[in-house]
Amino acid sequence: MNGNVEQQQEQEERQEEYRLLVDEIEPKHNIVKNCFFAFLVGGSICLIGQLFLTFFLTQGFGFNEAAAVTAGTMVVIGAFLTGIGVYDEIGRIGGAGSIVPITGFANSIVAPAMEYKREGFVFGVGARLFTVAGPVLVYGTLISCIIGLIYFLLY
Amino acid sequence: MLLRFLVKGVESLSYLIAFVVGGLICVIGQLWMDLTRASITPAHILVGFVTVGAVLSAFGLYQPLVDFAGAGATIPLSGFGHSLAQGAIKAVQQKGLLGAFAGGIEATAVGIAVAVVFGYVIAVLFNPRS
Repeated sequence: MNGNVEQQQEQEERQEEYRLLVDEIEPKHNIVKNCFFAFLVGGSICLIGQLFLTFFLTQGFGFNEAAAVTAGTMVVIGAFLTGIGVYDEIGRIGGAGSIVPITGFANSIVAPAMEYKREGFVFGVGARLFTVAGPVLVYGTLISCIIGLIYFLLY
Repeated sequence: MLLRFLVKGVESLSYLIAFVVGGLICVIGQLWMDLTRASITPAHILVGFVTVGAVLSAFGLYQPLVDFAGAGATIPLSGFGHSLAQGAIKAVQQKGLLGAFAGGIEATAVGIAVAVVFGYVIAVLFNPRS
């Protein structure tokens, strides 16, 4: 029994050493540069969104409707740019600046579905559409129901 | 006349504000990716932003940002969380308990349907480059 515990400790120590080694060898991200490009790309996407939002507002939509139509438009643009392979390039430059906007959500829906198309229309396209969108919808639905229930109890 | 909306936005600085606020929200995501473990994927970022956005919205902290920055606050996925939370809250006011379950999905149904329909069409029509 005692030997077992020692062995285990030794193993854990070795794993710790290995982890430190990995941390050392792993290339350090250039955080400032990454943040600058995330700001630039993410900001530009939101600027394009603001163009659409302002346009839809002048077309007589209320703010919430205009915002929803804008989001839909940006999803279509993001999906299309993913289809023609341009969004990958934007992502290489923009990092999180291309993930966080709703166009990144569209990208996360199209990219895996396109990639695994050969697995068929049900398990390929159908299932892979939700590789990332699935978790987003699961946690989104969970949190909105929790908020709704708490509000119901307090209301 | 077509460009009237363009001029309107430039005059009110709304484009600049959307750019700066949207950019800063993305920087938060980038810092999260760079300063934490390498195992953080886009899926974690998106789930995190939706959840945090919904919670902020429930406490009434996200609406002021939307009023200030417009698309700079609604285009990042935290805006999706904001729609979910506000949908749930408004539906509870109208329908009670049923609204707690229906509201979030109802408010975001258009966005989800557009994403699924266009995502499907694009994925079927196009092939990956490499």
